[in-house]
Amino acid sequence: MAVIERDVVIIGGGPAGLAAAMYAARAKLSTLVIEKANPGGQCRTTYSMENYPGFARGMTGPELMDRFADHAKEFGAEIVRDAVASADFTGDEHVLRTAKGDEYRAKAVIVAVGAEPRTLNLPGEHELRGKGVSYCATCDADFFEDLDIVVIGNGDAAVEEAMYLTKFVNSATMIVVHDEGVLDATAIIRDRAFKNPKMKWVWNSVVEEINGDGIVESVTLRNIKTNESTELPTNGVFVFVGTVPKTDFLRGSGLELDARGYVPTTAQLETNVPGVFCAGDARVKYLRQVVTAAADGAIAAVAAEKYIHEEETFRESVLEPELPVMVAFWSPTSQASLDFLPAVERVASRRQGQMELVKIDIYKNQRVAKRYGIETAPTIAFFRGGELIEKAPWPTTEHDLELEADRI
Amino acid sequence: MIEVNKENFEAEVLQAPGLVLVDYWSEKCEPCKALVPEVEALAEKYASSMKFCKLNVLENRRLSISQKVLGLPTIIVYKNGEKVAELTKDEATAANIEAMIKGQIE
Ligand SMILES: Cc1cc2nc3c(=O)[nH]c(=O)nc-3n(C[C@H](O)[C@H](O)[C@H](O)COP(=O)(O)OP(=O)(O)OC[C@H]3O[C@@H](n4cnc5c(N)ncnc54)[C@H](O)[C@@H]3O)c2cc1C
Repeated sequence: MAVIERDVVIIGGGPAGLAAAMYAARAKLSTLVIEKANPGGQCRTTYSMENYPGFARGMTGPELMDRFADHAKEFGAEIVRDAVASADFTGDEHVLRTAKGDEYRAKAVIVAVGAEPRTLNLPGEHELRGKGVSYCATCDADFFEDLDIVVIGNGDAAVEEAMYLTKFVNSATMIVVHDEGVLDATAIIRDRAFKNPKMKWVWNSVVEEINGDGIVESVTLRNIKTNESTELPTNGVFVFVGTVPKTDFLRGSGLELDARGYVPTTAQLETNVPGVFCAGDARVKYLRQVVTAAADGAIAAVAAEKYIHEEETFRESVLEPELPVMVAFWSPTSQASLDFLPAVERVASRRQGQMELVKIDIYKNQRVAKRYGIETAPTIAFFRGGELIEKAPWPTTEHDLELEADRI
Repeated sequence: MIEVNKENFEAEVLQAPGLVLVDYWSEKCEPCKALVPEVEALAEKYASSMKFCKLNVLENRRLSISQKVLGLPTIIVYKNGEKVAELTKDEATAANIEAMIKGQIE
């Protein structure tokens, strides 16, 4: 077991984690990505990547992800192959423990664990996984060359993956719950699918059961309009019905998850734990795509860099000095603080060598202010030996402040 | 590791006495490729207890399907030609494979 310390540790090497690694490493932070498989995440499992800006056709998911990984490494990010098994975000330091038994400590952690395919829990689905039931077209397409398959789901990903599969299979039958002609997929994808001669359609229907003895042989369909059940022989069942976040291992870590397991964040991608950020599909967000995952990675890395810088500055200037420190929490939008700052500076300069002065903009550095319960500017606080010993909100006079400073 | 295919599968696996592990893989299977170094390490570690083989499913599709392999990665252990243990997809991690091997040699 080794203990490894870095400025930034990123859990997950999908597009979000790799983009974060590139930004963090380029900002000269020591940066390490822990990825349990090959870097690239879900994007590595999809062949057709037509909507990453700058690459129209001819770019595949795995190729794009190789470039992401190379780009991150070029700026000095390390990628290690291991799985984070548990995390502890309740103490001062963020601690991650891995399946291989190593321990990672980081000033800032970026959770970029992404999502995995949702399963339907149909009878037969679990038993026949890898036996004809698949959640990944690029992974398993080869097995189904010239065979007949069924596809469950009708959103963009489902239809695109089904079309990719038609390059291999004899036929791909989409089981769609909606009325004839209606799909959840967007119009451009739908129209292309309707023109594909290998795609077949069963409308107003759901799959109730996947049947087979050690290998998929058929599915039981039910028409939701007529309630009639029929059996459709097939060699494979591909399921594309959305994803669920891979955040189970974070339960009990101190990180807040919503009811479905997604991580709520602020616009700066902060979580409820200071210094822990979340990027990509694992967080609560509107659009889960490669381009938004990459954007999240950039935001999280910049926010992490700012966090590390602010914490270090605060520690060095406020918590570590031997002399008492007078901290003026001010805000550029408060006239009272602008008026009073010169007085604070005069009081401090008369005590040079006995007391230090630090000015903190509470608007820019809300986190530190909040930690010490400072909500309004201006507020004066005194620190000694790393501890807050007194705080006094304005209004006060220069004279009162003198007395206060002398008492300390 | 021994490369098995439709020509030698019968002799190397189904007719072989004792334990044989077969790693079903393909050039296009990313998780399989990621597993390679780990399986090779296990092959060295347990060389005296069982025979380690790999099978490229792309070149042996029909054979794979006859072994009920329709997803990758899949690792199967045969004993005297009979399938006795199997891991597929997410279950096929290095730790699980080692546990499966240990379970068979005990
Ligand atoms: C079939 C399919 C088709 C798609 N098609 C498109 C498309 O055409 N265009 C598009 O823009 N988007 C597409 N998407 C969506 C896109 O792939 C995702 O939005 C994107 O990959 C999310 O990136 P991420 O980095 O947040 O997470 P992921 O890509 O899920 O990556 C997360 C990574 O974290 C790793 N990880 C998780 N937990 C741990 C742990 N505990 N320890 C170590 N590592 C861990 C995982 O192994 C994984 O590599 C598609 C998705 C699917 C499933």
